[in-house]
Amino acid sequence: MNGPQDLGGQMGFGPVDPRANDAALHEDWERRVLGLVLCAGAMGLWSIDASRHARESLHPAIYYNASYFEIWLRGLEALLLHHGVVTRAELEAGTAVRGDAAPALHAADVPAALARGGPCDRPVAPAARFAPGDRVRARIMHPRGHTRLPRYVRGHVGTVEAAHGGFVLPDSHAHGQGEAPEHLYTVVFDGAALWGPDAEPGLQICVDAWESYLEPA
Amino acid sequence: MPHDHDNELDPMEARLRALETVLTRKGLIDPAAIDAIIDTYEHRVGPRNGARVVARAWADPDFADRLRRDATAAIAAMGFSGRQGEHMRAVFNTPQTHNLVVCTLCSCYPWPVLGLPPGWYKAPAYRSRAVMAPREVLAEFGLTLPDSMTIRVWDSTAELRYLVVPMRPAGTEGWDEAALTDLVTRDAMIGTARALEPA
Repeated sequence: MNGPQDLGGQMGFGPVDPRANDAALHEDWERRVLGLVLCAGAMGLWSIDASRHARESLHPAIYYNASYFEIWLRGLEALLLHHGVVTRAELEAGTAVRGDAAPALHAADVPAALARGGPCDRPVAPAARFAPGDRVRARIMHPRGHTRLPRYVRGHVGTVEAAHGGFVLPDSHAHGQGEAPEHLYTVVFDGAALWGPDAEPGLQICVDAWESYLEPA
Repeated sequence: MPHDHDNELDPMEARLRALETVLTRKGLIDPAAIDAIIDTYEHRVGPRNGARVVARAWADPDFADRLRRDATAAIAAMGFSGRQGEHMRAVFNTPQTHNLVVCTLCSCYPWPVLGLPPGWYKAPAYRSRAVMAPREVLAEFGLTLPDSMTIRVWDSTAELRYLVVPMRPAGTEGWDEAALTDLVTRDAMIGTARALEPA
C-alpha cells in the first residue's frame, strides 16, 4: 500500500542528526515493546509481513508523529485486536481475567528462538524468468495491500545484478494467503533514472524485488 | 521489573504496561522472556560481532572470499546467526565504490552482527534521503566522498540483510584480528563512516 512507511525520496524531514538520536533503545518502555512484540509474534498467529503491514496501516498522521517503538506498539495492538486475542475493553482497563494459556515463548527458550530466526527462502518450481544482466522495469502497481516494491522505483528500468532463488512473497503472506514463494532478485537502478538530471553523481540504488514486481524492459 | 513512577507515566508507557498486563494475565506472555530478549540485545548481541567479521575479512583473504560468496554461512561459522540475519550479504567498499545501507520501508537491519538499529536509522530523515541524497546524508555524518566515487545504496526491501565491509585503514599492516576489530565501528558497517584510523 502507498502508506506512510514508503519514505524513499520524500522530503521535508530535515537533516539526519546522528548524535542526537544514536541509541537503539531509549526508554524502559521501548525495551519492553521490543520484547513484547517478539513474544507475541511467537504465538504464531501472524507473520513478520503481517506485522509490517499492521504498522504501515496506521494513519499517516499517527505514524509520522510516533516514535519507532510507538509504531510497533500500536501495530501489535491492532494485530491482537484483529485476531481476537484481546478486546478493546481489556486494553482500556489495562487488565483481564486471569487465563490458563501457556506462553508460546518461555524465558529459557529465548536464546534458541532468537538463534533459529525465521528463514524465508523456499523452493520454487518455475525456472527464474530473469538472469543477471537482464534489463527489467519495476512494474507500475499500486496494490491496496502489503507490498515491498517502493514507489520510487515503480515504472523505472534497472539491471538485474543477482538472482537469489525463491523467497516467501510478502504481498501474499502479509494477508494470510500463503507463502506463494517467488524468485527474488537484486535490481540496480542508476540515480539519474530515478531522480532525473538533479540526481547526485555516481549514484546507484540497489533494491531486492520479487519476480512479480518486474517485467522485461 | 520494578516501576517507581506510577503517578507520572508517559502515555505510551501506560499503554505498554496495560498491554503487557493483559497478555500476562491471560497466560500468553512470560514477562521473564521479555527480560531475556532485552538482555540479549543490550548485552550479548551488538556491533562487536560485525566488527569481528570485518576484521577477519581484512586479515584472512580466504575468509573474505567466503564472505563475498556466501555471507550467511561465513558469518554463521563465526557463531553469529539467527533473527534478522537469516540471509546475509556482505558488500565491500573499494577505492572506487562506497556502500550504504538503508531500509526505506521499515527498519530492516542485520541484528546478529550489528544489534538493534540506532534511532536515526529508523527515522524518516534517514530513510527518505539515503536513497535520493546519500552524499548529503553522508556529509551530515562528517563523511564527504569525491564525485568520482560511486555510491551504492542498498535498500533492504526483502529479507536479505546487508553488512558493509569498510576499507582497511592504511598503517595496519601486520595487525592481528583483535587489534583490527577495534577500528570497525557500527556506522562503518552501515556505511555512514569509514573505519577508524590507527591512533
